[in-house]
This record gives sequence, structure tokens and C-alpha cells, in this order.
Amino acid sequence: MNFIEWIKQPWPWYVAGPLIGLTVPVLLILGNKSFGVSSSLRHVCAACVPMNIPFFKYDWKKEIWNLFFVGGILLGGIIAAFLLLNPDPVVIDPKLASELAGYGVTNTEGLVPKDLFNWESLLSIKGLILMVGGGFLVGFGTRYAGGCTSGHAIMGISNLQLPSLIATCCFMIGGFFFANIVLPLILKL
Amino acid sequence: MNTDIKTFKAAELNTDFEVRSQNAICVNSSQLDKPLLSNLKFTFAGILFGIILIKSEVISWFRIQEMFRLQSFHMFGVIGSAIVVGIISVFIIKKFKIRSIDGEPIHLEPKKFNKGQVYGGLLFGFGWALTGACPGPLFAQIGTGATVIIVTLFSAIIGTWVYGYLREKLPH
Repeated sequence: MNFIEWIKQPWPWYVAGPLIGLTVPVLLILGNKSFGVSSSLRHVCAACVPMNIPFFKYDWKKEIWNLFFVGGILLGGIIAAFLLLNPDPVVIDPKLASELAGYGVTNTEGLVPKDLFNWESLLSIKGLILMVGGGFLVGFGTRYAGGCTSGHAIMGISNLQLPSLIATCCFMIGGFFFANIVLPLILKL
Repeated sequence: MNTDIKTFKAAELNTDFEVRSQNAICVNSSQLDKPLLSNLKFTFAGILFGIILIKSEVISWFRIQEMFRLQSFHMFGVIGSAIVVGIISVFIIKKFKIRSIDGEPIHLEPKKFNKGQVYGGLLFGFGWALTGACPGPLFAQIGTGATVIIVTLFSAIIGTWVYGYLREKLPH
């Protein structure tokens, strides 16, 4: 198997996880920056619609590295999708597949379920809750918590910060509750 | 007079850092004023990070559902091993007082506990289960051609703005 074929396969957790962990020292050494993504959303607010809100009154240009970083994530997505795409279908757990089939979600190709996340379903209640409601909760919740999976779970815990461990536990509790109890009700809509 | 201006400027800088580090882990601790394009190295780091997110499928809505249903070890393995590598890296950086490539001492801002980490954390967990994405993956998903996720990202920006608007009224 040549290198390109090998790299096109999905990467196992013990390859991807340590590489994600290395982002922490890479950003610190490249420029004294702590790893995190959700703050980029705040910098967009501070740059575009600060509206005299104290939380957005800071010099966002000092944090512009974060916007360069998320721009890179977008480009990385494009590169991975067009050059390094795995030709085989994504393997998902059979229990999950049958549960989702019960809600009419049968297309498990790709990384985002096309049956749920598409432009047409934006006009349905289900689509609105998943895409608009979900996005709102991600933006509101991460800022209220002071970080997301990158900032708290990876950067914060790497620096042995107890608040980050607490936040990460709350992410998981919230996710377990919603995925198992609330999401099935929404998918039935 | 000159010193007055300097002190005033320093004070302004400090409050700015204070505001920037409110509710944020990832603050720029560098005191250096670097040219705008020097930030391209972070774009390069972002590209690598984005490729890892996609190739490991952690941006997959299905993988996130498997994680929250305890149907797969994959996500726990990724996050767990990332944390282990992160802890070791930060330990080495602190122990050997490693400096950044610009020669600055590396500074990590400690965080104080507030109730926001619980309330906000739970709300983000809800959103994570619905969208199958945290903020980093949102950008990567759009990159893969899932253009409708632009709506989710826009909604997340609105969510952030509404938080900023309500901040003083929310329990912390």
C-alpha cells in the first residue's frame, strides 16, 4: 500500500488523538497562544457587531491569530475532503444505524447526515432545531462555559485546571442527556 | 509627562487583556506586536488540525452520537490520548521553561471556577449532541462541502453575541 492510499484511510484514535494533543505545544511555541476555537466566534462579534457591549469591547486585532487558525481549519477541511477522502463508506455502529433508520435517517455516507442537515430541511421544524437551535446552543454554551472541547477539555485539562475538568464533565453530561433522551424526540418530528 | 502617557498606555493594555481573557481559555499571551501576515503560521497549524479532525472522523455527527450512546471507544480514545499528550507537553514546557520561537517565556493563564462552566457546559453539551459538532468541527465540516453548516456556524455566532448581551444578568 503506498503512502497516499494509507493516509486516505480513517486514522485510528491512537494516531489522531496524540496529534490533536500536539496542537497544544505547537501553538504555545509558535507564538505563546493557548489552544482554543470557540473564542473565534466572540472575535467575530467584537469585530462586526460590538454594539457597546462590554464583553465585546476589546482589541480583537490582538486575538486575530485565532481567526487565522480557524481559517486554516476550514482550508484543512477542503484539502482533506478533496484530496484525502476515504473512498470506502464510513463504518458506523449497527445499533446506531438501526436506531437512525427508525427515524428515516438511512444515508450514512459522509460525515454529516445528509437526511438531516441540508438546505431544504432548514424549512422544517426538525431542521431548524438541529441546525439553528443546535448552533445557537453551541455558541451560547461555549462562551458561557468559557471554552469548548479544544479550550477546556484539551488545553485547560492539559494545564491541570479544575474549572476545565468541571466544564468538560458538564459537556459530557449535557451531551449524554440530549443524545439519549431529547434527540430521539426531535428526530421523531 | 512622558511617563504618564506610558503608565496610561500600560493600564489600557492591562484592562484590554482582562476583557480578552474573560470567559476564554485561548488568549494571546504574547506581548509582541507582530506583522499581520506572521499569523499565517497559525493558518498552517489550522490546516493540519483540520485535516486531523476529518481523517479521524471526529467531526462526524455519527461518531458523536456513538460517543454519547457509549457505542464506540473511538471518540474517548481521541480526546483521552490528546489530553495525555497535552498534559505531558505542558509539563515539559513548564519544567524546562521552554520559550516561544520569538524568545518569549510561555505564559498560561490560570482559570477561576464560576457557575458558568456548569450551566454553559451543559448547554454546550445539548448543542454538541444536536449538531454533532463543537466549534472547531463546524469550520471543518463547512470545508468538506456541507455548505448548510454555514447556517449552524452563523447561529453559533448569534448565540455568542446573545451571551455577551445577557452576560451581566446571567448567574456566574
